[in-house]
Amino acid sequence: MKELEYPFDSDCIIKKKRSIKRTLIADGKDRLRKKIAVFGGSTTHDIVVCLELFLLDQGIEPEFYESEYAQYWQDAMFPSDELLNFSPDLVYIHTTSRNIVNYPSVSEDREQVAEKLEREYAKFEQMWKKITETYHCPIIQNNFEMPFYRLMGNRDCSDYRGRSNFVSRLNQLFYEYAEKNEGFYINDINFISASYGLRQWSDPSYWNMYKYAMCTEAIPEFSFNLSNIIKSVFGKNKKALALDLDNTLWGGVVGDDGVDGIQIGQETGVSQSYYEFQCYVKSLKDIGVILTVCSKNDRENAIAGLSHPEGALKPEDFIIIKANWENKDRNIIETANELNIFPDAIVFADDNPAEREIVHTQVQGVAVPKMDSVENYIINIDRSGYFEVTNFSTDDIKRNEMYKANAERTAQQASFADYGEYLLSLDMKAVIDDFIPVYLQRITQLTNKSNQFNVTTKRYTATEMEDVYKSDEYIRLYGKLTDKFGDNGVVSVVIGRIDGDILNIDLWIMSCRVLKRDMELAMLDRLVERAAERGIKKVRGYYYPTAKNKMVRELFGGFGFEKIKEDYEGNTVWELNIDGYEKKNNVITVEDNSSLTN
Amino acid sequence: MDSKAIYERLNKVFRDVFDDDDITVNANTTANDIEDWDSLEHITLMAAVQKEFKVKFSMGEIASMKNVGEMVQIIEKRAK
Repeated sequence: MKELEYPFDSDCIIKKKRSIKRTLIADGKDRLRKKIAVFGGSTTHDIVVCLELFLLDQGIEPEFYESEYAQYWQDAMFPSDELLNFSPDLVYIHTTSRNIVNYPSVSEDREQVAEKLEREYAKFEQMWKKITETYHCPIIQNNFEMPFYRLMGNRDCSDYRGRSNFVSRLNQLFYEYAEKNEGFYINDINFISASYGLRQWSDPSYWNMYKYAMCTEAIPEFSFNLSNIIKSVFGKNKKALALDLDNTLWGGVVGDDGVDGIQIGQETGVSQSYYEFQCYVKSLKDIGVILTVCSKNDRENAIAGLSHPEGALKPEDFIIIKANWENKDRNIIETANELNIFPDAIVFADDNPAEREIVHTQVQGVAVPKMDSVENYIINIDRSGYFEVTNFSTDDIKRNEMYKANAERTAQQASFADYGEYLLSLDMKAVIDDFIPVYLQRITQLTNKSNQFNVTTKRYTATEMEDVYKSDEYIRLYGKLTDKFGDNGVVSVVIGRIDGDILNIDLWIMSCRVLKRDMELAMLDRLVERAAERGIKKVRGYYYPTAKNKMVRELFGGFGFEKIKEDYEGNTVWELNIDGYEKKNNVITVEDNSSLTN
Repeated sequence: MDSKAIYERLNKVFRDVFDDDDITVNANTTANDIEDWDSLEHITLMAAVQKEFKVKFSMGEIASMKNVGEMVQIIEKRAK
């Protein structure tokens, strides 16, 4: 919704929050339902109201539990039955520097202050551990904003007795915990308050009158920032950035001005701004964002512009280059198809408002950041939080290489008459085995990102996956696929729950980048093998239809399972007798975990 | 600005904030007259009124306002 896209009009959101909510709910979109417990150290009412708007806009329908005023610690440590029954999918702890009780005083020595720091920190750590034990769900914790006055002036930040110094050190302890604990995320209010302006942010009248720890005008920005973490945790991040060229990646029109005439590099302020933007885009690639081009240009002009010696980006940084005279909405849809992602995972960056409008109206769900002037490009894309990083795996770093290799595979496919022959030519090797700790993060990430090749669309948080990993109730498999073009990383996960001599398939997912490679057959072979070892007689598969997973409706049927149940919503149950099962994969060489150490 | 114009603009703000086009405020209107006007929504209302008239109420003014009439008096004095 336009009103909720960055840069938004906060006053308008605050004033019209009711009608905005009404409009969002009336659109009838299918949303992910999530239960969020908010533990507040100050008033949280409008924070929750605004958070709900942003989450609805990002495809999540939240249900909230809000602790009574300032009862965050009590609620976390001694949960009520109401809270236990609520059973949150995520806990958010809204504390601020107003909640620090053990601030140092100038008469204290180093040890006394260190002790206070420890005591303050311990209170939080104890709470996080308790929450993790009780709910096994992700936690979002605010760090602390700088105090609004400085008793010692500038010295307050460097002296161990200063409040600013104390807050910085406490923040540092929080970050150390975040580094060590998956599923624990910091909501960086220190940044957001600084960016908003600490002077306005911490206007004491809001605390003293309403017990808000920030001015209410700042709440939309605050809640938006928070919603980005939540939507990322629940797998709603964008995946690709499709960029226009002329006046987006460089100043001027390469077709008219020639390569020598475009503005990029170090010569002028404008060309430096474009260069800085190119550098930013290039680093997005490093966090796993797929880059593509979507430009009305002749292809050779586009390539020439991208090959400009002063530019930071090069043609090979892009997985797909659509430089033609087709309408951009068509190019965006084709880009999505070629990448095997949904159009709503694309961000389209173009300086031309008319192009943005046509893409926005013709392709549902594509994000179109405002690109009004080059000096705002980075801020507008960055603050929109499209690519908010919550888990960062090595796969993210390598994603662009993998998509590139995919494009090469497609090219080779064309030269084979027989598809089986082509598959054999890929020299595919897979490791298919029980989970191992080094891949847990990627496995969890995959369960939250896969929408298409996903029979049950069951999602797991990091802590839930940890539990599955530790339990012997399950047969777990991950699959990692390598071929002569490169390593695809972990691309498939199957979780089967043992119930007597029946194995219920809770989860079967695969990344769409390895579709039609027989990887699913290799997974099935291994699953049946492991099931037989555990004395299983029957494997039961479940398919629950969603808007996105039609491609696997007949997955189990294709495997030779028999359909034993179907309801009016299209949910189906399938069964396979594993006695006499014959291996189905003969194009992939399959190994186990021990091969990884070689 | 005359008080009639102020009431007109104020009405619009009330209708937006409480999402109810039937609201019409007068000098005697208080929180008791509007169902959703509780202490939390009062904060939103204050913010929206201050934005509309480009004024900033002091803490003392916010605390002492008894009804819409008193709010209008402050706006009349201060609004540009």
